[in-house]
Amino acid sequence: MRHLIDILELSVDEIDALIETANDIIANPEKYAEKCRHKKLATLFFEPSTRTRLSFEAAMYELGGNVLGFSEAASSSSAKGESVSDTIKVVSSYADIIAMRHPKEGAPMVASMKSDVPVINAGDGGHNHPTQTLTDLLTIKREIGRLDNIVIGYCGDLKFGRTVHSLANALSRYKNVKMVFISPEELRIPDYIIEEVLKPLGIEYVETADLMEYMPELDVLYMTRVQRERFFNEADYIRLKDSYILDAEKLSHAKETACVLHPLPRVNEIAIEVDEDPRAKYFIQAKYGKYIRMALILKLLGIE
Amino acid sequence: MIIGNINNGIVLDHIEAGKCMEIYEVLKLNELECTVAMIKNADSVKMGKKDIIKIFEVIDLDLDVIGYMAPTTTVNIIENGKVASRKHLQLPEKVEDVITCKNPRCITSVERGLKQSFKLTNREKGIYRCIYCESEAK
Repeated sequence: MRHLIDILELSVDEIDALIETANDIIANPEKYAEKCRHKKLATLFFEPSTRTRLSFEAAMYELGGNVLGFSEAASSSSAKGESVSDTIKVVSSYADIIAMRHPKEGAPMVASMKSDVPVINAGDGGHNHPTQTLTDLLTIKREIGRLDNIVIGYCGDLKFGRTVHSLANALSRYKNVKMVFISPEELRIPDYIIEEVLKPLGIEYVETADLMEYMPELDVLYMTRVQRERFFNEADYIRLKDSYILDAEKLSHAKETACVLHPLPRVNEIAIEVDEDPRAKYFIQAKYGKYIRMALILKLLGIE
Repeated sequence: MIIGNINNGIVLDHIEAGKCMEIYEVLKLNELECTVAMIKNADSVKMGKKDIIKIFEVIDLDLDVIGYMAPTTTVNIIENGKVASRKHLQLPEKVEDVITCKNPRCITSVERGLKQSFKLTNREKGIYRCIYCESEAK
């Protein structure tokens, strides 16, 4: 039985196969409409996340399956003090597969150790969010046409941004990927990503505080939120926040074939005017999230 | 009293200077009934200074714990006054219930009955990470 807790548990071949399945689902949705008939997905969301939960639920419904679960800890038995292990032992006797979000880092891993059915990590604190990474990879593959030979810029909060860490990890396994980390000094990519992932694998990377410096080179620009509470003082936040807002003028320096991604929710880091630009792919990215989750559910349930 | 040579027992040699008390406590050597001798800051050609622990009985030792705390240690098993085996320790791949995860957001901070488990992620720098939240051991 397989779970998905960390994106690195999937080999490159497995990720490629998931992307292929997702592409087939997009092309022939009717072929998959009954694949999960009589199967149940439990969505255990110990903290609210409308987008990810709805995406999982829509995925299961489109496969012809059913969904049960809860959307906040207050409506679950954890509010009464039940441990993750106990909750999972019970739920895994009701459902065929579990998607779980939890504020504590490592909780889905504990769940996978106790569960009789596959567990998917739907986000654990600031740690992992592998289905977001699969979504990002599917989007890049569909919009750029490849996952190797690309230049990707990550912009914003690279220190606490788990989506950036996971995506950098996943892309580091593809050939000839150059990474550009664009952030203020205070929110730089953690050293361990550089020391334990990029350097050992010989990945070409640069760090810059200037969003425009590498703009003309980028195939993918991955935007994230710069959050006020991450800054030590208000003055720094005010000084820096506008440097990381993508607007039409800044995007005009990018390649015609580039694409802009964002894990959403967006606040003000991408100007609304950019939505009209054909290179803005963040809403279609959210849509692709459903298809890759469908592919993942099929894989973990062992359904061809 | 003079601490003589061991006939049957264990000599933990080449312990990083200053670590012997810590090892004594973690291995709960105070609970043993046999003679246990500790030598601090002994001269060492290889290390300058080193600590040594002599246990006058062959007992089961958690070598992973010693390897984690003092990876330079050599473990000598003495039988009939001679070294029967010698093992050079190194950092173990995994340590359980020796260190505690300091990340307040880690599941180990709330889940009952969960082992504190760390894996070696960088041997050169001796970095261990919690297997649950991947925070670096402090």
